[in-house]
Amino acid sequence: MSTLQANVVTPDGQVFDAQVNMVSVRTIDGELGILPNHIPLVTPLAIGAARLKQDGEVKMIALSGGFMEVRSDEVNILAESAELPTDIDITRARAAKERAERRMQEAKQENVDFRRAELALKRALNRLEVAKR
Amino acid sequence: MANLKEIKTRIGSTKKTKQITKAMEMVSAAKLNRAQDKTEAFQPYKDKIREVVGSIAQGSEEVSHPMLQDRKEIRRTGYLVITSDRGLCGAYNSGLLRETYNLIQERHQSSDEYGIVILGKVGRDFFQKRGMPIMQEITGLADQPEYSEIKNIAETTVQMFTDEVFDEVYIHHNHFVSAMTQRVTETKLLPLTALAAEAEAEAVSTPDYIYEPDAETILERLLPHYAESLIFGSLLDAKASEFGARMSAMRSATDNADSRIDDLTLSYNRARQAAITQEINEIVGGAAAQG
Repeated sequence: MSTLQANVVTPDGQVFDAQVNMVSVRTIDGELGILPNHIPLVTPLAIGAARLKQDGEVKMIALSGGFMEVRSDEVNILAESAELPTDIDITRARAAKERAERRMQEAKQENVDFRRAELALKRALNRLEVAKR
Repeated sequence: MANLKEIKTRIGSTKKTKQITKAMEMVSAAKLNRAQDKTEAFQPYKDKIREVVGSIAQGSEEVSHPMLQDRKEIRRTGYLVITSDRGLCGAYNSGLLRETYNLIQERHQSSDEYGIVILGKVGRDFFQKRGMPIMQEITGLADQPEYSEIKNIAETTVQMFTDEVFDEVYIHHNHFVSAMTQRVTETKLLPLTALAAEAEAEAVSTPDYIYEPDAETILERLLPHYAESLIFGSLLDAKASEFGARMSAMRSATDNADSRIDDLTLSYNRARQAAITQEINEIVGGAAAQG
């Protein structure tokens, strides 16, 4: 089975670096799967989980925004934060989720705080989702 | 003549000070190492963003973005100044602050024409005391800062440019040259006019990307990220210089303590010798008188 090199990089360093069979991410327009020999592509990512398929095994990584660059035999994911399930602090994510929910109830819908809280909530939910698997 | 006990106490206290400065030197050296590792870990992220942004800016000329263009009228300039929280690092802060202060005085007539975003306690106190407009501040950053720690301040600073609070933004920080030398540098953060030119000069051969959904949307998303990552890069650079500066400041303090101890030991020995000589003289004198 052909493979492609997948790199996940954050400002704090490299999180993932290995050969995989398939990469699937959530872009701002929806899910996108990349197989080897894909045409070069650049796309921004939404907050969500990246799934990296490696010999029948699926690795999950929680991503917070960023973007993906695809070349024929290489995928580079650049995210503000990227965490493997083992790196996720579940208690912290849960606390963040509750805090964000509280803030969203307090703040007005069109408020900046509301949007911030919404993003925080998305990140927290994403982390919890990835950690659960 | 200083009495023996007094000199002995001073030797003791100088020795203790030396132990402290020596320990701080070694701690700073270790932190400097880690800061350099951190800078290295960050490099690929920044390079990649730059490569992609550059290739977009270079590839399709129709694509434009407010962040890539100079504003016609500069009403307010933003200065992002990176200082440390603590002292004991030689001229690290004072050199930077002096230069920034002079530059601002030179360039602007009134405080409406500029705003300061400050990192670090020393700088905050400095500008506060002089009544200069601090728009944002953050203190108590970790020695090895994580991206998430400065994400907010970086985001807001970039947002301030987008909202036209600032028409241009400069970063002032100590650039790490070597462990012994730091250079005060001013870098233009926004607008990112240099970016397209740099990409052109390097002429990196990038594949013809498909932009999904389109180049404009990607620039919209990527440019703020890029600017934020530049701020983070400067912070890491500044941290490395801080430890370098602290290390060499502590090293010279240790050296000073050493030579001080030598001097004191010499005068201690002299005083002791003089006391012995005097005692012998007295004994000899006494014996002669009895004689």
